[in-house]
Amino acid sequence: MKKTMNNLSGPLNRQMSDTVFVRLCILPVIILLIVINIFPLFYSLILSFTEYSARKAFSPEFIGNANYRDLLTDPTVWVRFVTTAKYVVMSVAGEMILGFSIALLLQEKFRGRGVLQTLLVLPMTMSPVIVGLMWKLFMDPNWGMFNYLLGLGRIDWASNPDINLYAIVIADIWMWTPFVMLLSIAGLSAVPQSLYEAAEIDRASWWFKFTRITLPMVSPLLMIALIFRVMEAFKVFDVPMGISGTGSSAPPLIAMKLYKDTFLTWKTGYGSALGYIVLLIVIAITSIFVKYLNKAKQED
Amino acid sequence: MKKVLLLALALALALVFSVSFIFAGGAQESAADEDQFITIHWAQWAPADYLQKLSEGFTAETGIKVIVEQTPWETFVQKYNVEMIARSDAWDIIVGDSQDLGNMADSGHYVDLTKFFNDNGLKNKFTESSVAAYAEYPAKSGKYWGIPAEGDCLGWAYRKDLFEKPENAAAFKAKYGYKLDVPKNWDEMLDIAEFFHDPDNGFYGISIYGDNGYDSLVMFAEQMIWTYGGDLGDYATGQVLGILNTPESAAGLKRYKELFQFVPPAFNDAFFVKANDAFTAGIVPMTCNYYAFLPALANNATNPYADGTDYFACPPQKGADGIIRQYSALGGQGASVITYSKKKDLAMKWMEWFIRDDVQMEWARIGGYSCSKTVLDSDTFLNAAPYNPAFAESLNIMKDFWSHPDYGELMEIAARTLGNYIIRDNGTAEEALQACAEEWDAVINK
Repeated sequence: MKKTMNNLSGPLNRQMSDTVFVRLCILPVIILLIVINIFPLFYSLILSFTEYSARKAFSPEFIGNANYRDLLTDPTVWVRFVTTAKYVVMSVAGEMILGFSIALLLQEKFRGRGVLQTLLVLPMTMSPVIVGLMWKLFMDPNWGMFNYLLGLGRIDWASNPDINLYAIVIADIWMWTPFVMLLSIAGLSAVPQSLYEAAEIDRASWWFKFTRITLPMVSPLLMIALIFRVMEAFKVFDVPMGISGTGSSAPPLIAMKLYKDTFLTWKTGYGSALGYIVLLIVIAITSIFVKYLNKAKQED
Repeated sequence: MKKVLLLALALALALVFSVSFIFAGGAQESAADEDQFITIHWAQWAPADYLQKLSEGFTAETGIKVIVEQTPWETFVQKYNVEMIARSDAWDIIVGDSQDLGNMADSGHYVDLTKFFNDNGLKNKFTESSVAAYAEYPAKSGKYWGIPAEGDCLGWAYRKDLFEKPENAAAFKAKYGYKLDVPKNWDEMLDIAEFFHDPDNGFYGISIYGDNGYDSLVMFAEQMIWTYGGDLGDYATGQVLGILNTPESAAGLKRYKELFQFVPPAFNDAFFVKANDAFTAGIVPMTCNYYAFLPALANNATNPYADGTDYFACPPQKGADGIIRQYSALGGQGASVITYSKKKDLAMKWMEWFIRDDVQMEWARIGGYSCSKTVLDSDTFLNAAPYNPAFAESLNIMKDFWSHPDYGELMEIAARTLGNYIIRDNGTAEEALQACAEEWDAVINK
């Protein structure tokens, strides 16, 4: 019996190279990715050139680039892109500044630092929709605590279209600052103490040490945090959905339009085209950041 | 050798999993044969719990179990649309939104129940408005796709204690010249809202919908349009222009906007939750909401003012032509059998059971809003809950939005154009209606 097994496995073992073995192992994952990720991606690309509603019993009708033309010549779409850009700049800038500042403060050793660090991470662990709904209640001018605690009177944060973008920025900063903080802490921990000791010997100022040692050493991780946050913020949906809903009082963010076109009015072809435009923009922005990240690594 | 063994192990594990799945499925099927069940899909709210409880009676009689699967309201419509697109047999019955009837029927997702409907004389068993909204499509075609399950429409709760307070009654009489009471028309509604509106002291005149993310603002707007003699269009021919954009419709929309100046702050996104929250927070004297959400206001545990709360139906209004009209925007759902169900026979058994008079009476008794005429006329129903008399009155005046295959687009257009005037304060009522009519016409007649 043993001999038979050896006879069988011998040729198999000889024929199967490492490469073949690795490929066989990853094949199920590749198939799964193709079925649930790659296929929908390409199928939606095809749909973006058609007039199609997934809710109706008719086949997609090829209409060329009409969906893209309609979208790119619609001034309201550009208003949405500009609003989304404003939101990305405000929220990501807030998160980067606050997250990095808190990480610097947590470098100091004090009692309860670990507990504080854990508590600070909690917002990030919550569901974004819950965060949105929670802030909506918190900021309600009739029964919320936000205005009361800050002595702001009856400011309508969630449904006043002039200011609700700021409400979403505040909620987003509250939720995602810990993410930047964690990456910053990881970066700060990796800075060799010997560099600071050498700077101390040279009687370097705090500012000199910060700009010449801390910042350059942490910048690759900060850049990674920046890339993730910009990508996420650009397609943010859950938090604004929770705070302002999808009505016309809600801030005109691009992801809200994508949702309304695709799932409320069921313009599947049109929604797919908008999805691709958003995807291309996110890829373009990310590529720029990745280029800078690689440059920073090379300089290191 | 090691590689081959590893690969063999992986393949063996895959085989074991596959076989166990197959056997598990087989076991489930054989269990189902012995223990029959149907699945009903509905939104996640109290009436779905009541339906689950009610269906225990069906199980006791037939041995067929009923699972009422609930989806949160926020994704309810999207979920069943997606499932139907996928031709899913996950459910046997959907208790779906009335506006979706047209699309579901046109797309072949619902079973044609015309024969069942006629054989059982359901046209006369349920109220005319509920049959038109939850069962019949196209309008007046005599083709039926569902049975009225949960009747619902807009109604009102008010603080009777505040209305009867002597100093309020006297001040109101002195200012407006008539008694402070349940409004007999929309002019009185406006007076009462204005009278109570006192923002300096954190009290406001009225709580009505302001959210235009889905259908809430449109629901309130349409009932105002109908009450003032306007209309949304001709549902049978699809004509909109010249029917929606009329002075009568504009008069209704203007009254909505006049009322909206007396809502609490941040009501631009108010839907059913906020409408009730304002009332239970004690900052408004009256609120408009779907009847399905009014039980919370009759409960001391959820409304501290429950003992002083009473209810009334949407009031009538004399139009410019001298005709008195009274309407309430329809909500609610009908129960329809899914085309892709593998247990249509069991689903039909449930439908036959559900339409029985004794079951409809029990449905109303435990909290469901039956549309059965027998139930609505009975003293048992009228005395079962404080809001039931108002509901019975409302069921005779309710009317629905377009039940059109493109209702999603029609809803979005109306929410945007009318909301632009009501909550964004842009343009006039006439401009909003003209914009809505033109866009609707383009969608319906494309």
